[in-house]
Amino acid sequence: MTRRPHERPDAGLAARICLQRGALRVDLELAVLAGEVVALVGPNGAGKSTVLRALAGLLPLQQGRTMLGSMIMDDVDAGIREPSHRRPVGVVFQDYLLFPHLSVLDNVAFGPRATGASRHDAREKARQALRRVGAAELSTLRPGRISGGQAQRVALARALATDPQLLLLDEPLAALDARTRLMVRGELRRHLADFAGATLVITHDPVDAAVLADRLVVIESGSVVQTGTPTEVARRPRTEYVARLVGLNLMTGTGHGHRVDVAGGGVVHVAAHSEGEMYVAFRPAAVSLFTKRPEGSPRNLWQGRISGLEPHGEGVRVEIGALHLGASILAEVTQAAVADLGLRPGSTVWAGVKASDVEVYPR
Amino acid sequence: METRQRHRERVLLGKVPWLLAAPALLALLFLILPLLGLLIRAPWPDAWQVITDDQAVQALRLSLITATVSMLIAMVLGVPLAWLLARSGLPGLGVLRALITVPLVLPPVVGGVALFTILGRSGLLGRPLFELTGFAFPFTPYAVVLAQVFVALPYLVLSVEGALRTADSRYEEAAATLGARPMTVFSRVTLPLIGPGVAAGAVLAWARALGEFGATITFAGNFPGTTRTMPLEVYLALETDPGAALMLSVLLLAVSVLVLVLLRDRWVNRW
Repeated sequence: MTRRPHERPDAGLAARICLQRGALRVDLELAVLAGEVVALVGPNGAGKSTVLRALAGLLPLQQGRTMLGSMIMDDVDAGIREPSHRRPVGVVFQDYLLFPHLSVLDNVAFGPRATGASRHDAREKARQALRRVGAAELSTLRPGRISGGQAQRVALARALATDPQLLLLDEPLAALDARTRLMVRGELRRHLADFAGATLVITHDPVDAAVLADRLVVIESGSVVQTGTPTEVARRPRTEYVARLVGLNLMTGTGHGHRVDVAGGGVVHVAAHSEGEMYVAFRPAAVSLFTKRPEGSPRNLWQGRISGLEPHGEGVRVEIGALHLGASILAEVTQAAVADLGLRPGSTVWAGVKASDVEVYPR
Repeated sequence: METRQRHRERVLLGKVPWLLAAPALLALLFLILPLLGLLIRAPWPDAWQVITDDQAVQALRLSLITATVSMLIAMVLGVPLAWLLARSGLPGLGVLRALITVPLVLPPVVGGVALFTILGRSGLLGRPLFELTGFAFPFTPYAVVLAQVFVALPYLVLSVEGALRTADSRYEEAAATLGARPMTVFSRVTLPLIGPGVAAGAVLAWARALGEFGATITFAGNFPGTTRTMPLEVYLALETDPGAALMLSVLLLAVSVLVLVLLRDRWVNRW
């Protein structure tokens, strides 16, 4: 991973967070360097928001310790818990939570004003922050009068106006429609790149995560299941959830040279040498479908039954079950292929994957 | 579009079951008819004379001043109490809330007697106060205010507490993450957000104070100019001059409605 020039390992976030929320037990370690953008990714109910609230001081830890630079924010053993208002942490909430009774300018000036700046200085600072995110012209409006994309920018300006060392963003793009989202995502990426502190973005959208973050931390049921750059995670998923998130077929098995005995009972041939407990993954687009057993066949060929078809981008996603693999796989084919081959739920097909298209990596 | 909506509404109204419609209509009549009776039977030709009568003017002035002071006191004390109930999470709040609702259901006369036992000249707090300063509450305008605050405060507290419960407390969390201390959060975020609720509570408290009779006559007495408020004046007039009593009632009704309308426009629907 290339490190940005202004990344400072000594000034970032180092946290161990343990707490129980209903049936969910969160227990994880998290480190974000200053200047680094980390995306916390996971399914609903994985504990993403709990982590954010704990870091913002809105939820007490049951065990653990959080440090930001040299400041201890929480230390359960030492009985330390800094209240929210004394943490150098800025938060952009999911639905932004701009104060409806204040103008955009006063929303952004709220932080500086609350931390002791004079009214004049606070407004000046707010004007600068709004200018930086390109929202200066909104200053006099009430939050009820601005669009979702504009509210997102204002919320970011408000969080940054307090000069935080840690910026937390909770699903920053989830409240936006698809068109706005595309535009705001690019903008947000630029603003986050300019921010000198540590940034933690919570998202369940793989594209948001890949665009915004330098590194992903995937959590499921309150624990970290995988970390890495977006490319690493997308190429070598380690759980069913991540595989589905990035749209890959994933299986576990035991490697014996160029073959992997899959946990469900089948065999996958791979190009790379493998030994021991392995993951195998391949893209749905790498799967070819045939109605008859093909000649000059690829190394991997499985017979199965189509259990579902759904449009996906330009093409069609085909789910094939009842293979000799103990798992169903996804194939991605063109609309034309679906018509030519007469594919429909219940059809019997042969699915082929070249050994060189299968990624294999240790568990 | 709009006509279709209207049409649908009328169809729905046509289907209101009579088991609901009949008692509803009865309730409406029951509430409106007495007010109409007041307006119909009031001796309008004597209106000016009754209203400008010295005693009536005195009573109205006292009523308006004491009710307004009581409302302000209820707000200063009641909003923090409502906050404590809705946000503090302290143990025993259920019991506290129950205690607060007692004055709400207590007959006001009993409230007046209760105030006497505490703040009367020989009351638990009233006696030391009298011995130290020579001052006693009963039979002063201060007693009128105390009686009114006692009956009006629960209305304000419950109304503001309701507003606090329905207000989105995540705005307060957002304010805290921006560096605002709890007191700043309260004054700059919580209070503006529950403004309409506080206004509604204040209007209720004001109206309740303006109409207060039982606790006032028991605890403050009935002295013209110092403790005789409008409701007391109306009651007395009813024995001597029923026509004047009607006219004064109309006046009180008009003042209440006017204030209600003015406050609604000014305080509610601010954003």
